[in-house]
Amino acid sequence: MFGPTARTVQDQLVERRVRVGLGLVTAVLVLPVVLILGVLVVKGGPMISMEFLFSDPTNGMTEGGIFPALIGTVWLVGFALLFSVPVGIAAALYLSEYAPDNWVTRAINLAIINLAGVPSIVHALFGLGAFVLFAGFGTSILAASLTLAVMTLPVVIVATRESLQAVPMEFREACWSMGATRWQTIWRIVLPNSITGILTGVILEVSRTAGETAPIMFTGAAFFLPFLPESVWDQTMAMSLHLFVVSTQVPDVPEALPYGVALVMILMVLTMNALSIGFRMWLRGRRKW
Amino acid sequence: MVDATDSSDAIRTRDLNLWYGTFQALHDVTLDIQTGVVTSMIGPSGCGKSTLLRCFNRINERLDYVRTTGSVEILGHDILAPEVEILQVRKRVGMVFQRPNPLPFSIRDNVLFAHSLHAPDASKQAQDELLEGALRKVLLWDAVKDRLDSLATRLSLEEQQKLCIARLLPVKPSVLLMDEPCSALDPDGTRAVEELIWELAEEYSILIVTHNMAQARRASDRCVFMLMGKVIEHGPTSEMFVTPRDERTAAYIEGRYG
Repeated sequence: MFGPTARTVQDQLVERRVRVGLGLVTAVLVLPVVLILGVLVVKGGPMISMEFLFSDPTNGMTEGGIFPALIGTVWLVGFALLFSVPVGIAAALYLSEYAPDNWVTRAINLAIINLAGVPSIVHALFGLGAFVLFAGFGTSILAASLTLAVMTLPVVIVATRESLQAVPMEFREACWSMGATRWQTIWRIVLPNSITGILTGVILEVSRTAGETAPIMFTGAAFFLPFLPESVWDQTMAMSLHLFVVSTQVPDVPEALPYGVALVMILMVLTMNALSIGFRMWLRGRRKW
Repeated sequence: MVDATDSSDAIRTRDLNLWYGTFQALHDVTLDIQTGVVTSMIGPSGCGKSTLLRCFNRINERLDYVRTTGSVEILGHDILAPEVEILQVRKRVGMVFQRPNPLPFSIRDNVLFAHSLHAPDASKQAQDELLEGALRKVLLWDAVKDRLDSLATRLSLEEQQKLCIARLLPVKPSVLLMDEPCSALDPDGTRAVEELIWELAEEYSILIVTHNMAQARRASDRCVFMLMGKVIEHGPTSEMFVTPRDERTAAYIEGRYG
């Protein structure tokens, strides 16, 4: 009485096909990642050396290293975070902990989501207009970092707000009912219990920012500038733009060089992501409720 | 009507109305809650008893679509007056929630949290005394005295709820509001917390919202019955359960609706 019937046999067949089909599609997804990494390691791996990392490009960028670009990216990302993290966290705190639920708040939320959807080349033009020309910063690290900051802000805000809202409402109510102000509640309960989540979001954002090319192209990144920046008013080389330049703009570049640059970039990003995953695991281990 | 300066009542409301947006949750509530007794509030779900409770420490106000009219006096003082600081209200009026909600830090820090808000510079010795006093009062001291620095969220639910009561005591409240304090507990935990409520009744005016009529009957001196945002009846528990004055109270108590 529990045996298969003609119809259930058919159902089981479909079931098996769907399972295998979905599994195959998922497996195909892994392929590009493996291929990209594989090609980069095979072709660019031999380029990687202390000299490549720590010396200036020479001979029309066909030889030498990438040190100014590496440092330039650190400057750009560092300053971008210096602007976007405090502003983003402040905005997220306001939206999550203070803002009343009305149309103004909803409009702000909508604006943030739309800001996240603006193409990076449009951010680049905005940065050129607002920071380079209007604010008079010129093409400089300052202008480029601010442009990157504006671009990363929505992501910082959304990641922070999500971490804040993951803190149970009961904790806030307990605090308020004992007479704590909103700020005391945030400072003593909400932030300590969401800070690792916020950091995770920020680190993921770093890896994205480091790879952006368009926003810095018109605002502060230089084609070829074989020395290190001395202040935020200088221009600088950057990894992403350097990769674009040696891949498409310079004649007679040895084939391995762009792959080497790309490999270093990917390694930077993967390191950041690994750090972020580590943080998240630490967060879960420490969770107290 | 009693004279407003007479502070023999712990809580006194006059024509209290409350709206959530356009929905009116409380209708002209005029109620005197006596000092030094346990008063229970009963009524079917959605009758406004929790809303009323939450007016007494002004915690409803964090929802900005809430609007109130009328007056609420605690110990003879209008707590809706413009010059009133919410911090001071909540110091005198402690609240215990339905689900035990200890904060995610140590037992010690939980008990001293409210006190640290009011007296951030208290000495270690003063804090230790308050800590022990509060935990003894809720009959938790012997169980936790050797692990005061361990996480409060790891305690059993019954212990957590007792801790949530203990953490109100260091700031010397007069009124304790409890919103279904036993509904997350098992029968043993319920009995233990009810016994604790009787212990505390000597020193504090206690107001308990409950769904559980047996609990109201066991664990309160006076009882308030609410229906559709109105106070229908208020009197000694023993009388209300035996000879309810209002037909609707009688029907509810007999379990004809609920």
